[in-house]
Amino acid sequence: MIPELGNFALILALCLAVVLATVPMIGSLNNTPGWVALARPAALGQFTFLLISFACLVNAFLSNDFSVLYVAQNGNSQLPVIYKVSAVWGAHEGSLLLWALILGTWTVAVSLFSRKLPAEVLARVLSVMGMVSIGFISFMLFTSNPFDRIFPAPLEGGDLNPLLQDFGLAVHPPMLYMGYVGLSVAFSFAIAALIGGKLDAAWARWSRPWTLIAWVFLTIGITLGSWWAYYELGWGGWWFWDPVENASFMPWLVATALIHSLAVTEKRGAFKRWTVLLALLAFSLSLLGTFLVRSGVLTSVHSFAADPERGLFILVFLCIVIGGSLMLYAWRAPDVTSGGKFDLFCRETLLLGNNVLLVVITAFVLLGTLAPLIYDAMGWGKISVGFPWFTAMFVIFTPFLVFLMGMGPLARWKKQDPADLARQLRIALLVSIGGGVLLALPLFHKGSVSMGLAVALSLWVVSSLLLSLRQRFRYRKGLSGVLKDFGARGSGSYYGMLIAHLGIAFFIIGITSVTQFDVEQDIRMSPGQTVDLAGHTFRFEGAKAVRGPNYRADQGTIRVFNADGKEVAVLSPEKRTYTVQTRPMTEAGIDAGFLRDIYVSLGETLGNGDWSLRLYYKPLVRWIWLGGILMGFGGLLAAVDRRYRMASRPETVAAPAAAERLATQSRS
Amino acid sequence: MTPKRKKRMMLIGLMLAGVAIAAGFALQAFNENLMFFYTPSEVVAGEAPTGRMIRVGGLVTDGSVQRQSDGLTVQFDVTDNDKTITVQYTGILPDLFREGQGIVAHGQLQEDQLFVAAEVLAKHDENYMPPEVADALKATHDAATSDNAKKVN
Repeated sequence: MIPELGNFALILALCLAVVLATVPMIGSLNNTPGWVALARPAALGQFTFLLISFACLVNAFLSNDFSVLYVAQNGNSQLPVIYKVSAVWGAHEGSLLLWALILGTWTVAVSLFSRKLPAEVLARVLSVMGMVSIGFISFMLFTSNPFDRIFPAPLEGGDLNPLLQDFGLAVHPPMLYMGYVGLSVAFSFAIAALIGGKLDAAWARWSRPWTLIAWVFLTIGITLGSWWAYYELGWGGWWFWDPVENASFMPWLVATALIHSLAVTEKRGAFKRWTVLLALLAFSLSLLGTFLVRSGVLTSVHSFAADPERGLFILVFLCIVIGGSLMLYAWRAPDVTSGGKFDLFCRETLLLGNNVLLVVITAFVLLGTLAPLIYDAMGWGKISVGFPWFTAMFVIFTPFLVFLMGMGPLARWKKQDPADLARQLRIALLVSIGGGVLLALPLFHKGSVSMGLAVALSLWVVSSLLLSLRQRFRYRKGLSGVLKDFGARGSGSYYGMLIAHLGIAFFIIGITSVTQFDVEQDIRMSPGQTVDLAGHTFRFEGAKAVRGPNYRADQGTIRVFNADGKEVAVLSPEKRTYTVQTRPMTEAGIDAGFLRDIYVSLGETLGNGDWSLRLYYKPLVRWIWLGGILMGFGGLLAAVDRRYRMASRPETVAAPAAAERLATQSRS
Repeated sequence: MTPKRKKRMMLIGLMLAGVAIAAGFALQAFNENLMFFYTPSEVVAGEAPTGRMIRVGGLVTDGSVQRQSDGLTVQFDVTDNDKTITVQYTGILPDLFREGQGIVAHGQLQEDQLFVAAEVLAKHDENYMPPEVADALKATHDAATSDNAKKVN
């Protein structure tokens, strides 16, 4: 009964999405306030029914209702409660329902927190989100309904994939989806602005906090995914350039470009068309990601089910969204006035440079991700693009990106004297080159040159941030002035930028250190045997059988001693066999630290109590995720900046841009 | 052209050149890192290059897995149900590696037709079949059935 209720609620949500997508949009175009006013209640209604539907599916998992096919495939009565809930989005159908629910949530959030938006603009934004929602809900209802029944009902469910029975994976998809779907807000704002023909600073200001929040979720989602892969897959990798990882990384790159470009549009009224294009691109790449994951066209850890019908549906949907939005763009964008004038060298051009670099990197990631598809379709053979290529590409572009990143915060808007900036940055340059060379010189072998470069780049970022901080405080008197600065308008944006950029510095060092200096050894060990690795001694104490709630396992014990013979860690890696799906799984033993991780996983039993073991020493690996967390936190700080909540005076927002426009017109 | 505009064009030209050079490097690296996939039949027929990173895939033949005394070096046969090649790998095999399972291996083909793998992939889903492997098996199967059809005729 309850699953039918869920199905019914889903159908009602679709009906309301159709209303939301059409009525307010038409009303806004022919000035019918009654139709425009329907946007908010329709959004709320859609959300309510999606929530009911989602609750029904959760209930089906909690009550072990195996007459529902999806629950029968992915649920099990022995699952711990938390994984019964996370099993809801553990496979294709349910994760789509989560997608739709999150879209509904964003829609309601926009309708609630944008009361200051002109009614017809809000109506258009919500309408566009309604259109996206139609696509996803009908995809679910027509090709992958989570409420489909199975008869006769099995007595027990097929169980959740053991890899997904983990806290990291319970949280990772919702976070990532919040990011993916959040980009639909930026997309909808852009489309609404294109329809209304009003692309101004106010539009940028409205969509900026939304884009930032979506970016924060995306950042945290990707970071969580990377961390999960590291400790759960048992081979110590934190990023694989897997197509689906790329699918989440491309929207992130473009969204990163977008939040910077939005800043220019808001502050200076420039780059409007470019900003709109980025907003369209970011969401299109999110959809492309969904297509790649769901259609199973690419071989990946994440591809749930290969189903041509589903693939075709998403492909058509993708074409409509991307094609439609680009056509609208081609039609309306030429009318957009070009905004604030700026000099050849100023903060605008530095930001533009970074935007271009980010888009170029995205293009290459896209090439690497789609190349296997293209080659296959053209009959050029079956290929895959090697890991080293993606890495090489980053090593080529990142130094330029970071170099510009150091200059950006110090440069002035509109006009900047290059010599003046060089004078300011002299110290930063000295510090970074000095630091890099000092580190690279004494250990001049292969790894340390890269490490020297990484340290130089990080120091460049950090020291230029400090210089910018000094510049900011120069005009604040004393400690109280500094403290007052933290609460001022615009300070959230500034300190958010500071922290996020600091995150990049940590990130670069972490990545380089792990790539260059990690030590790895696969080895056969007998109980009592010791082995030395990276200044530590590992002693294997043997393995014993243990039993978990829904698995059996062999649990090894490895004691790790440092050079002085002091015990630093006792690790208990496991080899688990889950009772239902009977597949083996490696659970690594990790001793985490700020400066290094020691990581051990069990291979296979080789008889006589011997095991093959994989031992790792990973210096500074945590800095990678620390960097991600800092970026996310910085973005959050920027998103809650006070000035976004003070936007009740639209005339002060629009004034600079309007003046700019006047000036442009009088000149031309 | 005014001097200011000239300077501007030069700067833009420099930037474009920079991006072009970087893109050139990236594309060159791209070509070097393409890994082509070969079926065991293609390897046996001598179509696969030696001394270059390639991928091979197929089913692990039942009873073919042999472990050497160090406990880490493993040899096994991979088949597309037509031809079979031998793969050697040193290290810990993935959890889902087992006989009869579809796998894909990255590595280099030696002159003596031994495939030395740098990495062996068995996917996380036990029902999962790498698409390349599925295609290879299907090709063999189709060839076999059309042969049979010919015999019947």
